[in-house]
Amino acid sequence: MRNVYVVGIGITTFTRLEYPLSEIAAYPSMMALKDAGISDVDHLYVANMGSARVNHQTALASAVVDSLSLTPAGAAVVENGPASGASAIKAGFAAVASGMHDVVLVSGAERMREVNNLEATDFIATLTHPLAEYIYGVTLPAHAAMFTRLYMEKYGVTERHLAMVAVKNQNNAMLNEFAHLHQPITLEGILESPEAMTNNPYVAEPLRFFDACPVSDGGAAVILVSEEVARTIDRPLIRLAGIGQATDTHAVHERAEPTDLLAVRRAAALSFEMAGKTPQDVDVAELHDAFTILEIVESEEVGFFPKGEGHIALEKGETAIGGSLPINPSGGLKGKGHPVGATGVAQAHEIVTQLRGEAGERQVDGARVGFTCNFGGFGNNVVCLTFVRED
Amino acid sequence: MAVDLEKILRPVDHPLKPFEAKYMTLASGEHMVIRQIDRDEIPDILPYLEPLLHVERDYYDVVCARIYSELLAHYRCRAQDEYVLAVQIDGELAAVVNGRQVSPDLGMSLHTIALRRGLRVGAHAFAAKMEYHIDILGHQEVLIVAESPIGFRRWMIEYQLEKRFETAHELGGVPSWALTKDLFDRARSTLVVGRRPVPPEILAKAEAKILPPSDPPTPPADLLAATRSMYDPTATALIAQRNALGGETDHA
Repeated sequence: MRNVYVVGIGITTFTRLEYPLSEIAAYPSMMALKDAGISDVDHLYVANMGSARVNHQTALASAVVDSLSLTPAGAAVVENGPASGASAIKAGFAAVASGMHDVVLVSGAERMREVNNLEATDFIATLTHPLAEYIYGVTLPAHAAMFTRLYMEKYGVTERHLAMVAVKNQNNAMLNEFAHLHQPITLEGILESPEAMTNNPYVAEPLRFFDACPVSDGGAAVILVSEEVARTIDRPLIRLAGIGQATDTHAVHERAEPTDLLAVRRAAALSFEMAGKTPQDVDVAELHDAFTILEIVESEEVGFFPKGEGHIALEKGETAIGGSLPINPSGGLKGKGHPVGATGVAQAHEIVTQLRGEAGERQVDGARVGFTCNFGGFGNNVVCLTFVRED
Repeated sequence: MAVDLEKILRPVDHPLKPFEAKYMTLASGEHMVIRQIDRDEIPDILPYLEPLLHVERDYYDVVCARIYSELLAHYRCRAQDEYVLAVQIDGELAAVVNGRQVSPDLGMSLHTIALRRGLRVGAHAFAAKMEYHIDILGHQEVLIVAESPIGFRRWMIEYQLEKRFETAHELGGVPSWALTKDLFDRARSTLVVGRRPVPPEILAKAEAKILPPSDPPTPPADLLAATRSMYDPTATALIAQRNALGGETDHA
């Protein structure tokens, strides 16, 4: 396989965007093209989960490639639930690494706020098992709540730990101009004050309002190229060095140990093995914290901390910017937002920004190895990426 | 015979019991004060509301236009039995709520407008307004409408308001919903918060001066996006924009 590099990145603000979905995909793509200083690509992959259901639009890639005036480049949509973004990057990687293409644009986009919050929740819930879960009314918050309860009982995680993740990530988002939530929160305000239960009510006990990510619109894009092309572009050499993908049972209750996220564990191991790195080599990570508990558990499953000790590392400040392993300096899904199809691409955008040293106030000093975990379904389809700065 | 027209035009207010100021801690950890303001302070807040007339999002324009006129009418003595509660964070205006007494048993909720988003500021302000009607003024019910979907979720759904569709609300003549004392009692433990008395230093800061909001709602980034997509169905403008960007790089 050929080496593959990221030479261009772009992103929209994550918020409610009142543009057509194809433009949400096109704007960050234009930024990425400009960032790389190139004007043509061989192929476009668009990561998206819900255009047909939420936006009444199919064949999104055909719309985006034309909007960008990139025809006759090839174009296709990658839909893989909330892991669509990293899955599209994986497809782009394969196209370049195989020698099929030299320049591939990967754009992720979602416009979820075109519908109300109930419809958005139902749309996301359609990724659950249709006969074993969805028909009984299970939503992702419900899944996460049951998972959290088990995790608390088994490993001693408390609501305070969950709130600490929320505070850390939402405050990180204050340093990210593209983040959805620009509102600092404190433990006093969401957990300790007499008004905390109203400020931060239970959504699905034990998860509260601030334990869940917002529903966001947004887009992000990266440009993947061969080494030959990368060396002609005056940008830092960021290599997409490792990709791992793994799956688990569709229905969560069929797992031997529901508190183990085996797909995360395996995807991360594959990604590190391919990159020739270990979890201890990672300087900065973006983990899929759609719910606060997931950051804690993923930090264990990918190998950063021993199983059951992610919350202890959190308590010690190891995962804060300035800690030994900063997690979600962008704000994560919790603070930056979670336009589902775009999320995996946005995670890559943040890591590339960090490895370039262009993250401003949230910069992790000296970062040279970055990692992302894009978590699809409720842990049944996971894609992990490892990035390495080479120059 | 000379006629004092002002006496005819100016309604006679009934004395209303005052709303004792209260405060609460927000999710941000900041302290928020909710206090009643009198006519003299209305001119202080109108300039902070005026920009929201141009925020074509979440019905801010409509709500702002209406509450602006209600506050002005209150200031100029052209509304009867109206009250205004100002909501401040560190002195800054964070929300305004108003309403009026229709009769000793009936309140009319007018508007709730939040100038700070994402912290339940508007929800807390609305709860204080309902507390004023039910607990302090002794109204048996309050007639309410919502102009935005956010308001509908906050009032009609969270408080499970009853329909009073046979009664036209003063805002636009639309069918009313009602908060009864019973409904308020049910919501009291989860939605109605705040502590009294307000610590003197916090209250003093609020009363010293109503400061402008530092992060008020702003218009959508591209007001013409929807129009542009309608008149530019094949994205010609977008292509032109991309072509204009072509060849220009930040790092060149």
